[in-house]
Amino acid sequence: MKLKINRLSTATNDFKTFEFTVSQENLLKALEEIKTNDDPTLTYRCGCKSGVCGSCTVRVNGVEKLACRTNIKEGDLVEPLKNSRVIKDLVVDVSHETLLIKKTNIGIKESASKNISQADVLKIDTQSNCILCNACYSSCPVYEVNKEFLGPFALTKALRYENDLKSQDEEIINSVQANGIWDCTLCSACTFVCPQGIDPKMDIMQLQNISSQKGYTNPYMNNFDNSMGFDSFDSNDFGFNPNGGF
Amino acid sequence: MQYDVIIIGAGASGLTAALNAKKNGAKVAVIAKTLPTHSQTVQAQGGINAVLYEDDDSVEQHIEDTYKGSYNISNKRNIEYMCKNAKDTILWLDSIGVPFNRNKNDKIAQRKFGGTKKIRTCYSSDYTGLKIVHTLYDQCISNDIQFYNEHQVLELIVSNNECFGCIAYDIVDGKVKEFMSKSTILATGGYAGIYKNHTTNSLSTTADGIAIAFKAGADLSNMEFVQFHPTTLENTNILISESARGEGGLLLDENENRFIDELSTRDEISREIFKKIVKKEKVYLDLRHIEKEKIEELIPQEMRLASEFSNIDISKELLPITPAAHYSMGGIKTDINTNTSIKSLYACGECAQTDIHGANRLGGNSLLEIVTFGKIAGINATKNLSTETINQETINKYINQNKSKIKTLLQRDKSSYSIHKTKNTLGDLMFKKAGLFREEETLLSLSKELEALEASLDSIHIDDKSSIYNKNLLEYFELENSICVSKTLIFSAMKRKESRGSHYREDFNKANKLYEKPSILTYKNDQIDLNFEDIK
Ligand SMILES: Cc1cc2nc3c(=O)[nH]c(=O)nc-3n(C[C@H](O)[C@H](O)[C@H](O)COP(=O)(O)OP(=O)(O)OC[C@H]3O[C@@H](n4cnc5c(N)ncnc54)[C@H](O)[C@@H]3O)c2cc1C
Ligand code: SF4
Ligand code: SF4
Ligand code: FES
Repeated sequence: MKLKINRLSTATNDFKTFEFTVSQENLLKALEEIKTNDDPTLTYRCGCKSGVCGSCTVRVNGVEKLACRTNIKEGDLVEPLKNSRVIKDLVVDVSHETLLIKKTNIGIKESASKNISQADVLKIDTQSNCILCNACYSSCPVYEVNKEFLGPFALTKALRYENDLKSQDEEIINSVQANGIWDCTLCSACTFVCPQGIDPKMDIMQLQNISSQKGYTNPYMNNFDNSMGFDSFDSNDFGFNPNGGF
Repeated sequence: MQYDVIIIGAGASGLTAALNAKKNGAKVAVIAKTLPTHSQTVQAQGGINAVLYEDDDSVEQHIEDTYKGSYNISNKRNIEYMCKNAKDTILWLDSIGVPFNRNKNDKIAQRKFGGTKKIRTCYSSDYTGLKIVHTLYDQCISNDIQFYNEHQVLELIVSNNECFGCIAYDIVDGKVKEFMSKSTILATGGYAGIYKNHTTNSLSTTADGIAIAFKAGADLSNMEFVQFHPTTLENTNILISESARGEGGLLLDENENRFIDELSTRDEISREIFKKIVKKEKVYLDLRHIEKEKIEELIPQEMRLASEFSNIDISKELLPITPAAHYSMGGIKTDINTNTSIKSLYACGECAQTDIHGANRLGGNSLLEIVTFGKIAGINATKNLSTETINQETINKYINQNKSKIKTLLQRDKSSYSIHKTKNTLGDLMFKKAGLFREEETLLSLSKELEALEASLDSIHIDDKSSIYNKNLLEYFELENSICVSKTLIFSAMKRKESRGSHYREDFNKANKLYEKPSILTYKNDQIDLNFEDIK
């Protein structure tokens, strides 16, 4: 089977497509096969080989995937993630993670344990399954124009702590206003690619809703026709419905 | 760069140590060759042990089970400390945001794990390790802890048996840097990863910290004890959690007959399965009789893993499984305060041998150990800040040695040896000859083969010449470390002429009272020495 890989050539600083023949179907195994048999210099991140460390994310035919959880087909094209500086081959700079998380002011200030119920745990269960794989970050069109955007995983994390009964932090909602929840175009690209079944777009809409309840307003509101219902939680007029279609 | 405390490794043990050192007012940095969230701890699914409510269980019972599991070669006082503090450990994790599942009475829910009849394992759905690491990392970020990610530590700076920091290679830009510190904590994870292609471990778990510490003069202990997990997916060795058997999963042979009590200990089951696999027979995990709803509710991740990686629907089909190296009981010898035999050097987590697990670890006790001792290391390293200094000349010597080593490596001529093939060979050899079954003869021949592999290091060619993200160089260092640790493992396995827990010698197939002691390995003047020492 032929596999194409788009690699950054450090000499010329542009991308070149290389073609390899592989026998493994699993993408991570195929990469390892190439490294062992054809080109030891092929560079990518990997760790758990089971879909939980979030290190092996690449794009396959333009769609973000965990290499270790992807089976390839004849002629597939593998590329590094978007919206980040490519360091080498399939490795991109992910130092933005810390900055983005930091800006949302999350993190429980060590509090006394509170009595919570399973229902409270379930409220943050999905969001706390995030593996920081950056698939959503790479897919998000807003980053192409605004690197300051807090974006899907950071906002999902903000919601996770906002919804945590043990966190009494008033700061989180305030922190996600600028370059945050109102800048998202609700396009659902992030939701589509998340390997953990997280729906960052829905999380962002929830944060918008909580913000509205707490008296914050959408700064872009006056630029839009009210009927677009930008702050209405259950509007289906725009974006896409993650439960429909595929 | 000068710090009070540097922590090498960013799994749950390293992050816990970092938070505690910082809380104690120290200037702290965490250095790790991966990103914190890429550390192996995220793979832990099942859970973390603690006696929370004493209605049906007791701390004494937890201590007893752990001691029994160790086959009598652990330190009861250390175990007692860990078990007595387990409740507080869980409550602390809970208080900083780890979303432990709750039961109907809003108490922290627990499930059953092997090696005990009690329900003692706390969990966060199927993702206990993941949620612990991410919560700790979030805490570190909000506490402004300094991280040096993707920095591979190459060597400890040690003078007169005192540690002053380390030398690390910045993977992204290829620079060799020194990190000076008053205290250094190793939290680099275990060594079951040296069984490459026969392990559940992360691809980046390559025994680095243990090798580095050993070369710097730290004592190692119990290196012969590696735990094999009975149920991993054939071909990928992805773990199918013990919960699968806990929930009623059966083990079947080729003819679909049961051949062992599924709830026996991990080492016994693994050996029985492996005997069949050696005879080219298949072994299956059978969950077909369990209702699909129950599977989906209780072991959803196992269902997903089987379907994604083996293309099997466990509610309808048999799942082919095989045992694989999973956890290393041995490591850098420490006392209960996480002190190593080198001054100002501490070790915690799976890289440390704290006389807790002995010859066999109970499921759920590792996460407990790494958080418990991560905390002790963080606090202790801040309390015992050394006032000794080291001169610039010595530091420069370390820097230059490492720089010139890298330069020489990069200049080497092309040879037929390949890093990746050698890593695979090492994994295969170790599994075959120092795996579930050992004996004098095979260990001896393995030892020779390892010498040859070690010699080949001198001519292995580094294909990548670049200074940007040169993974080949890192892989070379990892291979060097894996070979070093394999040697200590084989050496210890040869000396322990008995069978105990995970260490099974076909030529000495029973436990022997004489060996009811941990093994201690020392390395001085290029000499490896081993003693069996009483627990103090
Ligand atoms: C699949 C699986 C499931 C498991 N399930 C459970 C469970 O349910 N319950 C339980 O109690 N235990 C479980 N375990 C065991 C437990 O997860 C491990 O023992 C534990 O995660 C080890 O944590 P650690 O902090 O010591 O190291 P790790 O999490 O392995 O982290 C090691 C760190 O050291 C860094 N490092 C390594 N070498 C270098 C170097 N040269 N320079 C710089 N940094 C370096 C790495 O980058 C990493 O950050 C499981 C293990 C596996 C593999
Ligand atoms: S929904 Fe929002 S966060 Fe998600 S990709 Fe679109 S713009 Fe980005
Ligand atoms: S939200 Fe999903 S896609 Fe985004 S980083 Fe987390 S796991 Fe990855
Ligand atoms: S290797 Fe960990 S997610 Fe793919």
